[in-house]
Amino acid sequence: MASEIVSLSGHIIDSLILPKVLDEVMDLGGTFEILELAVGKRKTDTSTARLKVAATSHKTLQIILKRLARLGATPEAPRDVQLIRARKDGVFPAQFYSTTNLPTFVRYQGRWRPVERIEMDCGIVINPNGGAECRPMARVKQGDLVVCGSSGVRVVPLERSRHKDVFHFMGSPVSSEKPRAQLIAGVAHAMRAMRRARRKILVVAGPAVIHTGGGRYLKRLIEANFVQVLFGGNGLATHDIESALFGTSLGVYLDRGTFAKDGHDHHMRAINTIRDCGGIRQAVRRGVLTKGVMHACVQHRVPFVLGGSVRDDGPLPDVITDVLKAQEEMRRQVRGVGLALMIGSTLHAIATGNLLPATVKTICVDINPAVVTKLADRGTFQGVGIVSDAASFLRELCDALKLVSR
Amino acid sequence: MVSPQSTVHSPQTFLMSRPIFYKIAYEINPWMRIERQVNHRAATHQWQALYTLLTKRLRVSVKLVRPIHGLPDLVFTANAGLVSGGTFIRSNFRHPQRQGEEPVVERYFRQRGFRIVRLPRQFNFEGEGDALWVGQTLFFGFRFRSDSAAHEHLSKILHCRVLPLELVNRRFYHLDTCFCPLNAETALWFPHAFDRYGRKVIETYVKDPVPVSQADALKFCCNAIVAGRAVVLHHGISRSLRTQLARRGFRVYELDLSEFLKAGGSAKCLVLRLRHHAGEARS
Repeated sequence: MASEIVSLSGHIIDSLILPKVLDEVMDLGGTFEILELAVGKRKTDTSTARLKVAATSHKTLQIILKRLARLGATPEAPRDVQLIRARKDGVFPAQFYSTTNLPTFVRYQGRWRPVERIEMDCGIVINPNGGAECRPMARVKQGDLVVCGSSGVRVVPLERSRHKDVFHFMGSPVSSEKPRAQLIAGVAHAMRAMRRARRKILVVAGPAVIHTGGGRYLKRLIEANFVQVLFGGNGLATHDIESALFGTSLGVYLDRGTFAKDGHDHHMRAINTIRDCGGIRQAVRRGVLTKGVMHACVQHRVPFVLGGSVRDDGPLPDVITDVLKAQEEMRRQVRGVGLALMIGSTLHAIATGNLLPATVKTICVDINPAVVTKLADRGTFQGVGIVSDAASFLRELCDALKLVSR
Repeated sequence: MVSPQSTVHSPQTFLMSRPIFYKIAYEINPWMRIERQVNHRAATHQWQALYTLLTKRLRVSVKLVRPIHGLPDLVFTANAGLVSGGTFIRSNFRHPQRQGEEPVVERYFRQRGFRIVRLPRQFNFEGEGDALWVGQTLFFGFRFRSDSAAHEHLSKILHCRVLPLELVNRRFYHLDTCFCPLNAETALWFPHAFDRYGRKVIETYVKDPVPVSQADALKFCCNAIVAGRAVVLHHGISRSLRTQLARRGFRVYELDLSEFLKAGGSAKCLVLRLRHHAGEARS
């Protein structure tokens, strides 16, 4: 519910301006609450009213406010944001405004300015050119003008879509009993729509995609231009390369489901091979890596970001081991993303969810309902949760997108 | 409060401006069409006829503000501001094309000892074009030219009740094109220029509202100059309106003002009241 306090004064009773304002609010689909009404005692005295006007969407509220402004009712003069300079690199002033992932505006020098690259749990910095930018804590520099307190900050709630699609708000608890075929058809429809709108589709994939045999479907999505950026970790790339080089994932043959002899070290040998080549791209160029998800990314120029962790083996040379650098690279790549597909990944999915604005449609697929719920609880509003094994989901998605197997 | 040092002898004094530079130089209302240009000789002749009628036959005092090249609409002095006693509330024109008139009229009134009041710049206000007295109450038209919020300022300056009325028909963009107080109780009005709230306000606060037909309204019958019992307007009004006015004791003077209708103005737009006379519109 979006709302604004407006005030109206003058001969608003005799001239029927006040009843007209109230009628207009209701006619335009809003509601009002009279906060104060001071009626003039004599004929020449003016009256004053303060109203709280609310509407279900920001857009409707703006239409109402525009109309009310013409009748002389103006929003109460908002104040500019309070700015305090950062005293140290990487430290916000104590009262800094902590962001949400919803579209946000700040009022600076009398003008409402959109906050660029909005992301949750960051601060807002006013640039020398007057623009407002969302800034992670680690990147704030000494002397930056940081928005403090919430005065002069306006957060725009997401509008509910008139047409209910699979992405209507995550209102219901995630369960494994949702009609999956319809959900997946909805996801396929959204992916096609994104491609038509030339917005990027991001896939965040965990190693489970490879273990469950879903690698070939993900590869097919990449080849069919349904993936514009891929996020993962050392595990995803390692097991994909292991399966490309040895046909196994963690030593298990993907086609037969049986253990390979001495297969436990296949993933280490895979990492070693790629390290010897100097990286995944080099391995593809030299003809060492000839198939799989990572190979498809290189061949189809799909950028990938592999974020490292303390338990990684190796890691592969392409893994970014400095988490702040990995975050920065992920931030760079999420620009222009309209849909994020998170499959079989907990930590990378949550890390990505943190970076995405609430306007990005998110699909979270995991065999464990807790992961899906966790992402929703962290503020990913426009999303759909699907409880499913990674490979089955990807296979059904490929079918829904009518991608033929090669 | 400073008293005006004007040398007015007549109970009625109007301000006018000769149409020397009058033409259709831009289009800021639905009546104006640059291709439908003014016949300058005819306009001068029509203006002169009005001036003569007012000064010679009706014995009204008329002051003149000097026309300025590049300000073609200065001829419509009614929009310059609002005079009350020794105070001149200057207009804040909505359209930049007319904002050049503001300093010209301000200088005129300052030189004659009026107290000049300017409204805050963010409020558009087009003087007597949108502010008309009925008794002690000021009726104030808003939407197309003036802003509703200006009414509160007017009320504070004038210490009176100001009733804002929303105009809803673009062709009747100023209040004086659709509402014409004849005295403290009577007013001509074109109901379709107002919404139901405005209609109700007029019906409540004007004792004898005389509705006019669309045909009469489009001939700018509401844009009439009222001087005592005389009502001066563009010719061609219906017989029924003439009868209604006669029955109320008004004498109608009709003139050809067709050249001014091309710019969306008629008789009333060509004059600004400098002084009210007791028992008249503001009694």
